Amino acid sequence: MKLSLKVWRQKNKEAEGQFKDYTLSDISPDMSFLEMLDVLNEQLLAKGEDPVAFDHDCREGICGSCSMMINGKPHGPESMTTTCQLHMRKFKDGDNVVIEPWRASPFPVIRDLVVDRSAFDRIIQAGGFISVNTGNAQDGNTLPISKPDADSAMDAAACIGCGACVAACKNASAMLFTAAKVSHLGYLPQGQPERQRRVLKMVEQMDGEGFGNCTNTYDCEAACPKGISVKNIARLNKDFLKATIFG
Amino acid sequence: MKLESNIPSGPIEQKWDKHRAEVKLVNPANKRKYRILVVGSGLAGASAAATLAELGYNVDCFTFHDSPRRAHSIAAQGGINAAKNYQNDGDSIFRLFYDTVKGGDFRAREANVYRLAQVSVNIIDQCVAQGVPFAREYGGNLTNRSFGGAQVSRTFYAKGQTGQQLLLGAYSALSRQIGAGTVTMHTRKEMMELVLVDGHARGIVTRDLVSGNVESWAGDAVILATGGYSNVFYLSTNAMACNVTSIWRAHKKGAGLANPCFTQIHPTSIPQHGEYQSKLTLMSESLRNDGRVWVPLKANDNRAPHDIPESERDYYLERKYPSFGNLSPRDIASRAAKEVCDEGRGVGPGGRGVYLDFSAAINRLGEKTIAERYGNLFEMYERITGENPYKVPMRIYPAPHYTMGGLWVDYNLMSTIPGLHVLGEANFSDHGANRLGASALMQGLADGYFVIPYTIGHYLAGVKPGSITNDHPEFKQAVEDVKGRISTFLSINGKRTTSSFHRELGMLMWNNCGMARSESSLKEALQRIPEIREEFWNNVNVVGSATELNTALEHAGRVADFLEFAELMCIDALQRDESCGGHFRTEHQTEDGEAKRNDEDFCHSSVWEYSGDTSKPTLHKEQLTFENVKLATRSYK
Repeated sequence: MKLSLKVWRQKNKEAEGQFKDYTLSDISPDMSFLEMLDVLNEQLLAKGEDPVAFDHDCREGICGSCSMMINGKPHGPESMTTTCQLHMRKFKDGDNVVIEPWRASPFPVIRDLVVDRSAFDRIIQAGGFISVNTGNAQDGNTLPISKPDADSAMDAAACIGCGACVAACKNASAMLFTAAKVSHLGYLPQGQPERQRRVLKMVEQMDGEGFGNCTNTYDCEAACPKGISVKNIARLNKDFLKATIFG
Repeated sequence: MKLESNIPSGPIEQKWDKHRAEVKLVNPANKRKYRILVVGSGLAGASAAATLAELGYNVDCFTFHDSPRRAHSIAAQGGINAAKNYQNDGDSIFRLFYDTVKGGDFRAREANVYRLAQVSVNIIDQCVAQGVPFAREYGGNLTNRSFGGAQVSRTFYAKGQTGQQLLLGAYSALSRQIGAGTVTMHTRKEMMELVLVDGHARGIVTRDLVSGNVESWAGDAVILATGGYSNVFYLSTNAMACNVTSIWRAHKKGAGLANPCFTQIHPTSIPQHGEYQSKLTLMSESLRNDGRVWVPLKANDNRAPHDIPESERDYYLERKYPSFGNLSPRDIASRAAKEVCDEGRGVGPGGRGVYLDFSAAINRLGEKTIAERYGNLFEMYERITGENPYKVPMRIYPAPHYTMGGLWVDYNLMSTIPGLHVLGEANFSDHGANRLGASALMQGLADGYFVIPYTIGHYLAGVKPGSITNDHPEFKQAVEDVKGRISTFLSINGKRTTSSFHRELGMLMWNNCGMARSESSLKEALQRIPEIREEFWNNVNVVGSATELNTALEHAGRVADFLEFAELMCIDALQRDESCGGHFRTEHQTEDGEAKRNDEDFCHSSVWEYSGDTSKPTLHKEQLTFENVKLATRSYK
């Protein structure tokens, strides 16, 4: 396959960025998208040019490092798929491919396609946990949890923290990310004692980081590679309202 | 180098309790005067950092990722073992201990393994309390699945994402401490050097991967929890950034490195598909619960799997190991796959693959049940290969996956350098020559949540807190060394990329020190590695500068260390003139091709000391004694 790439290049946080054009030939349809970028980088290095920087690590769709917009869509055209799991067989010979970093002010670009997503960590640090010290736990089976609740908690907990939801949202809202954690812990009996405090703290931090509000366009759910449902946002809103009134 | 394992005396069931009663303690009011540096934020690092901070210590935690949640523990799929016996199927702490010692082919330290089995039950309780959404029965109780090398069902899981959920549990505990200000988290900082003052580990040097700043950090103890070195093979199931640097740097500063040749080749990975391939993707071992492994009976049979009748298929694991069948341990299943492929009976491109077939299970249980159990794995397989495993059998092949070797540690998880503690995959303890499935998560969390919080106090009680700062000349020297190394990389201006060297080394290691090794293959590798290294230092091309985000420079440092470490791995494999677990020397096999141990001469851990010359390390031996599990030939027939 032959491809024409338009890739965002930006030296650092302060520098102005711009698109640069590259053409690649002999791309195998069995390559992953990142392997295609590896090929590009090997070619750039051979010419003594700086390789395109991008976050990546596990290449199995679970670490959440990948963070690129491909033809205007977070993680590219394939639904429920991270960039590392996207394969070139989903493209056609001669395609034009535009590759950009996540675009959201709480995620400043560090270099090329690499962005700073530490705001997500700070949202979790504000309250995305159950306060239990190591060594205090009772036997795991003393607290039965119905299978549907356990499954719902698991579905919400499957979030990989990649930030595609923010990148997809016109408001750069982090509601889906935050709601996934609120919901995961809210489904479980262990999460109840801190339920109200948690949602208030996390939402406060989320707002403080500069993420926008949710206006229910559901682009986040469509872009989420793990299929996290917007129902979680409804649960967050319910918890938030309850906590604000009764908390 | 003196190897004092510090194993407590007394019956094995009482060693850990006795030890906990005897170790020195640090008074709660004094804990806050100590600073502990934790390198790595995976299961072992995050759980240790969080727990030590809960106890009152000041903790600095370092990761080269943008967030502690990205550590490679996140990719573990199948599950975590624990001797809960919830299934009432005959499990016990002793049985988990026994299975682990036997699975490791009698090359692990009994006392450590027993402790691991003991604390396994606490891990599950702790994780449940944190909100880890383990799979449940309809009645609300925790459920289990089976894993290789065991005849009981003791593996807890969260769909096919157990590692993710356990890591996010540890990450949430860590985040809570970061929010409370007791842990200072340093992201995108890579450890480049260990700093010793008067023979004790007192700090580290890091490079900030964004600004390029080289900085040093002082503490009262250092914990390395930096994972394994499977990427020495270039292609492995490890994440791209996994590397040997931190343990290799510690080794060069005097830490003994044990059994580096003990590497695990996982039997169920998606086969390689091309030259450009950057990594291999694992398909969880849990799939072997319901999938049947087979190849055509005849060599060079190119028919599609559905066109091959039952009578012309060889379900070779079921045939050779009737009692464990498709759930035989990883080393055995991997070698069996290699063997049938070597016979020309492999399937798929290049003949390096075997089928993992779910049709019988789908007929028996229905597609819905199979989808519930393995849905995400099936989807992942289809995304990568373009084939639907509900309709066509999966193709799998062994791939480097885990490394049992690592820095030598005593019962307190302290290395031969006082103050330097090593947790999780980075140390050598517990798994011997082969790790059983679902035991890596167990060990990482055992070390971090339940062992180091007790044992580090024993060391710290003898240390005056805060006595060393990074103004000390040793820190300045270490920073200069790191900067010098970085500028050397940038000044070589050769013709080859770091990846091309990594690939060349990996191919050599896979062919000569991989699933099977022989004296001649190892001697050949030992000749080639220094040549590749020599060329690297003369002909590598690292573009860019030291003061920016520079992925080529990051990779150069890691590849340079792999090029030294690989030599030690081959030296160790050559010295261990026996077969055991994942270490298969072709000269030592039984008539039917099983690993043949030599307990007379090799019932020890080989601990290597750096001598100043990478090619001439000094060997020390820790003799292993088996008082509770009888040394026997491992049989899964």
